[in-house]
Amino acid sequence: MTTPRQTTLHDTHVAAGARMVDFAGWSMPIHYGSQLEEHHAVRRDAGMFDVSHMTVVDVAGPGARAYLRRLLANDVDKLRDPGRALYSCMLNADGGILDDLIVYRRGDGYRVVVNAATRDKDLAWMQEVAAAQPDHEAVSVAEREDLDMIAVQGPEARQRLLPLLPEALRGPAAELTPFHAVESGDWFVACTGYTGEDGFEVILPAGDTRAFWSALTGAGVRPVGLGARDTLRLEAGMNLYGTDMDETTTPLESGLGWTVALEPADRDFIGRAALERQKAEGVTRRLAGLVLEGRGVLRGHMKVLAGEAGEGETTSGSFSPTLGASIALARLPAGAGDRVQVEIRGKTVPARVVRPPFARNGQPVVDIPA
Amino acid sequence: MSNVPSDLKYAKSHEWVRQESDGSLTVGISEHAQELLGDLVFVETPEAGATLEAGSACAVVESVKAASDVYAPVSGEVTAVNEQLGDSPELVNSDPYGEGWLFRVKPADSGELSGLMDAEAYKAHLEAEG
Repeated sequence: MTTPRQTTLHDTHVAAGARMVDFAGWSMPIHYGSQLEEHHAVRRDAGMFDVSHMTVVDVAGPGARAYLRRLLANDVDKLRDPGRALYSCMLNADGGILDDLIVYRRGDGYRVVVNAATRDKDLAWMQEVAAAQPDHEAVSVAEREDLDMIAVQGPEARQRLLPLLPEALRGPAAELTPFHAVESGDWFVACTGYTGEDGFEVILPAGDTRAFWSALTGAGVRPVGLGARDTLRLEAGMNLYGTDMDETTTPLESGLGWTVALEPADRDFIGRAALERQKAEGVTRRLAGLVLEGRGVLRGHMKVLAGEAGEGETTSGSFSPTLGASIALARLPAGAGDRVQVEIRGKTVPARVVRPPFARNGQPVVDIPA
Repeated sequence: MSNVPSDLKYAKSHEWVRQESDGSLTVGISEHAQELLGDLVFVETPEAGATLEAGSACAVVESVKAASDVYAPVSGEVTAVNEQLGDSPELVNSDPYGEGWLFRVKPADSGELSGLMDAEAYKAHLEAEG
């Protein structure tokens, strides 16, 4: 087994008392003492995540647009202006999800941020698809290992963060609305995130990372580990790649039909034919949210009994600190009603089927069991 | 090193046992165990009257991140459970040797208690586990 890679902030995390774990080949903080308190800090105040393990890829050249319209299930032509962002899946020819990502349009090309766990596979695939383009010499796909990434999230994130940005970015960043970004030099500030709160993801030169993190700490932004990152994204109803979806599931089976742009009909993206076929034949399973009504805690891979509709399975589950109840994402058979039973250690416990998200902007958005 | 009270006995799987004056045994999990688990959000205790067999899974403590079994350190009948944990599982974090106790047993064989570790042996066990 190889030694896990360390981010620029590794020693800072250790000094702050973080419990470090191996995540996707990286040594990352799981928490800094209390996962629950970190979770609440993001819902109620402001927290920050070192997400420098994520992979930043710049796509440029005159052929970049056509290439991304082939590569991605969502359509980068929706990005009418530089500084706009789009969530998309990258599919194989069978419609299976290779990864989910955010693509930003820039003045002279695009920036794509993909998951750390799928880095090698993604980069190889992106190069392979680029090489198969008729104008492959007009497309460049380049990983930016010189850049780090810090997410600052929570209702107070904006006001704490803005004064700490390079001066040229403060004004423009203050105006950012969701799925927009601004950049200056190698600093890139996007109003995106993985928590369901207001906030930013900041991509910055590795040489500036320690000072920026330290300034955020000084401004009262709390470091948050991967543990709370997972409960926050689950409450926000956001899928985790490799857990809620993978190459054996399509976006239509993963609650992501809205990210597949079938119009215009002449855009031939990879996986299109498979998705059209699946749509025509009928989607037999879907991803839904569950709120546990009985006692216990939902986890991934629990069997879900949906009556005559058949059986499903939870894909991720946890105690939800914001709801004070247990929640899960589950892949259910088509036709499942709004009540199901979940098998927890040999007992069946009732759960209600809901449409995610479970929480947004600090508040529950589903009914909480009494 | 976390707190290991000298008046308790310990199992390798990180449960503690206290002998009460009426001969019953109170069972909980050690400070080290709750630290490893992190913030507890759910505790499932055995039911009063249940018969436990030493070494078998008899309770579950769940933190935000994972579920973990608690093993019966001794055989016997459950005489009481900590009802407070239903609403306040975090007591196991804040006071693992006090208000965070899990259940009480009437031991089937008082000899089993001597098979558990004393505080010194448990400390050595923690160090060996790293």
